[in-house]
Amino acid sequence: MTDPGRDAAAETAPSAGPDAAVESQAQLSAEIEAGHDAYQKGLEQGAPEEFGPRRDWAPYRSSLLRHPTKDLHHADPETIELFAPVFGERDIGALEADLTVQHNGEPIGERIVVRGRVVDGQGRPVRRQLVEVWQANAAGRYIHKRDQHPAPIDPNFTGVGRMLTDDDGWYQFQTIKPGPYPWKNHFNAWRPAHIHFSLFGRELTQRIVTQMYFPGDPLFPLDPIFQSIQDARARDRLVATYDHDVSQHEWATGYRWDIVLTGSHRTWTEPEDGDE
Amino acid sequence: MSEPTKDPASELIGKATGEPATNGLLPSTGLLPSTGLLPPTPGQTVGPFFGYALPYERGNELVEPGTTGAVRLHGTVYDGAGSPVPDALIEIWQADSAGAVVRRSGSILRDGTFTGWGRTETDREGGYWFRTLNPGATEPGRAAFFAVTVFARGLQDRLFTRAYLPDGAGAPSADLLDADLRDGGPLHSDPLHADSLDADPLLASLEPERRATLVTSREPDGSLRFDIRLQGEGETVFLTYDGAPGAGRDGVGA
Ligand SMILES: [Fe+2]
Repeated sequence: MTDPGRDAAAETAPSAGPDAAVESQAQLSAEIEAGHDAYQKGLEQGAPEEFGPRRDWAPYRSSLLRHPTKDLHHADPETIELFAPVFGERDIGALEADLTVQHNGEPIGERIVVRGRVVDGQGRPVRRQLVEVWQANAAGRYIHKRDQHPAPIDPNFTGVGRMLTDDDGWYQFQTIKPGPYPWKNHFNAWRPAHIHFSLFGRELTQRIVTQMYFPGDPLFPLDPIFQSIQDARARDRLVATYDHDVSQHEWATGYRWDIVLTGSHRTWTEPEDGDE
Repeated sequence: MSEPTKDPASELIGKATGEPATNGLLPSTGLLPSTGLLPPTPGQTVGPFFGYALPYERGNELVEPGTTGAVRLHGTVYDGAGSPVPDALIEIWQADSAGAVVRRSGSILRDGTFTGWGRTETDREGGYWFRTLNPGATEPGRAAFFAVTVFARGLQDRLFTRAYLPDGAGAPSADLLDADLRDGGPLHSDPLHADSLDADPLLASLEPERRATLVTSREPDGSLRFDIRLQGEGETVFLTYDGAPGAGRDGVGA
């Protein structure tokens, strides 16, 4: 938290123009549908399957001036890019994987446990690596200064967690189920409930920041950010599954969400190469 | 790739819950035929509200003030209209000044040991800075650079780039720097090292105008300036490491 008072911008880019606030969900949904139709048509004509979001995706208005217009340039990763920073127990507080115990009282909301496995594209576990999460509270409100959603702040919930994966790539944390929240992309715009994740792999090329969603959210089809991923199978990869084995008796419901990083570029001469 | 003979996917099957490949569970069947890899999890924007979660105290201070060889790496992030981006997150990852990859924890703890990794958010004017060391070349004769990762509200997926030292491999020695400053003359690149920039495979593959976006400039005070332009005139060269389309998330839809 370097400067909590600083004036981070509101969610809508000024470039979205004066009409941005009055654009309807119907307009946005039509744009999303047109984009997806074009993608489907492309697939049928042999265009490659897409695995990530489009950076150039107008329905998310803030992206208009913030996406590169030139193609990403291919680089063969060099030595430093073939390693990732190392994090250890000393970087993380013991209670940081439990977002419900960071204050004196219990946060309000539906207590949940989220558990999953981080692997690389080859299916190998990402061991002892940092996982960071942040989220809104049960009412859909962030602690962030610029979150102006008139929903209650929970004095017992910050919504920030950190943990390391274990030796088999598993992470697990306890939290409160976040609420959906409104934003200013268009009129009556709502984000589906989500938890932000930041992940490192074993090499820099695998670095990823993403969002985990909850199954069956009715806001999915309406959300320009979720729908920036054109491929339905790829979108599904961001949706956690209710997992009764993760639920805890008379305590918390459980969700399972596995994360696959991109393939490793390194030649692995020994299983523990580079792990410390 | 000297992978053990066991198919990693088959190993996963036993550990997954056995459900079909839906909704964020590791697939129980099928690597991607195109790549032989598991389909990667998509990225999503860091959003507007990371400021209370990801930045941390002294995240941008890889070395303490007064450290021998300390250098300031700084710049501004701009959008396609030339406006500063006040809600971006910048990370650097680099070798130490001898060119060694640091394999040491403590980047968050910041107890004074150099870990090679830093993180900071941009300020209200889109500016960022790190106090760090000049990276050394990780291989003899190669150009030295900071690996830079950019996240921002409105940016759907992270962007990778490189910030090369203006002098190629290694920094100008302190003596050289002092001499230049004493003479009041322009700082010049070390001719022994400038070649390494020309020989760099990535830089060599770029038009001069684009190539310039990846090279830091040495300011009169010895600091390194690296501005990042997300879009438009002078757009920074952003990188994909994907070997083949579909190998990662960057194959299409930049
Ligand atoms: Fe969010």
